[in-house]
Amino acid sequence: MRIILSHVVNYQERLTRTFAALVDPTRRAILARLERKDGVSISELAEPFAIKLPAVMKHLDVLDGAGLVTRSKSGRTVTVRLRSQPMREAVAWLRRYEHFWSGSLDRLAAYAASQETQARNRGR
Amino acid sequence: MTSLTLVRRIRARPQIVFDAVTTAEGIAQWWGPDAGPVLLSESDPRVGGRYRVRFRMLGSTEHESSGEFLEIRRPERVVLSWRWKGGLEDPGESRIEITLRAVPEGTELTLTHSRLHDEETRSSHEKGWTGSLDKLEAHFAAGALA
Repeated sequence: MRIILSHVVNYQERLTRTFAALVDPTRRAILARLERKDGVSISELAEPFAIKLPAVMKHLDVLDGAGLVTRSKSGRTVTVRLRSQPMREAVAWLRRYEHFWSGSLDRLAAYAASQETQARNRGR
Repeated sequence: MTSLTLVRRIRARPQIVFDAVTTAEGIAQWWGPDAGPVLLSESDPRVGGRYRVRFRMLGSTEHESSGEFLEIRRPERVVLSWRWKGGLEDPGESRIEITLRAVPEGTELTLTHSRLHDEETRSSHEKGWTGSLDKLEAHFAAGALA
């Protein structure tokens, strides 16, 4: 039970980090760029943004902390790649209610229809 | 504000659907996303009355939600508040609005579950959070990054 609980808490922390990382429009733009072209160098990534390289590095720290990107160094070049797992978790979180209601309403429709049939058979 | 709306056509008259939605006997028959059982169902369907439902999913996890009837007008409209017990899954309180409309084959039910992210909105201390979340949801619902 402790293991399950800790899993749930970590899951919540991961979600919080993911959503906090996604609040910022520059960070979303960085992710959108990586989505179009994955595995780019930091200078290439920073190029279209009207902010300085250190600011881009800070945004990458936040994205890295949320697990949304990975950075790998080869010689003097740091390559940034997208990691989609936290995003999948975030989307799944958003879709939980859709799943809940879609299944529940299917069952409600079947139950109410059977009640309607019974009422008719009783001549009401 | 992120919300979810679903519409269903049901082969039963609005009175029957309304009772299925609001009574404890009715709720026990359908509440929950899969074929797992409802373990407990309590309901006091009048304004200010409360409901409580516990269900088990097929994966054997149990969940309990409860809330209050905020508006009730048989057989066309009911508004409920919703909160998960324990609050681990989603700590805030959300709102469910169900409207029923008579149609030739029976009832058209419209369900809106809203205020899904109040707690996060309060705790994020950043403006535009829910707006960005809506955009994000629309963006990734298209299957990007999937």
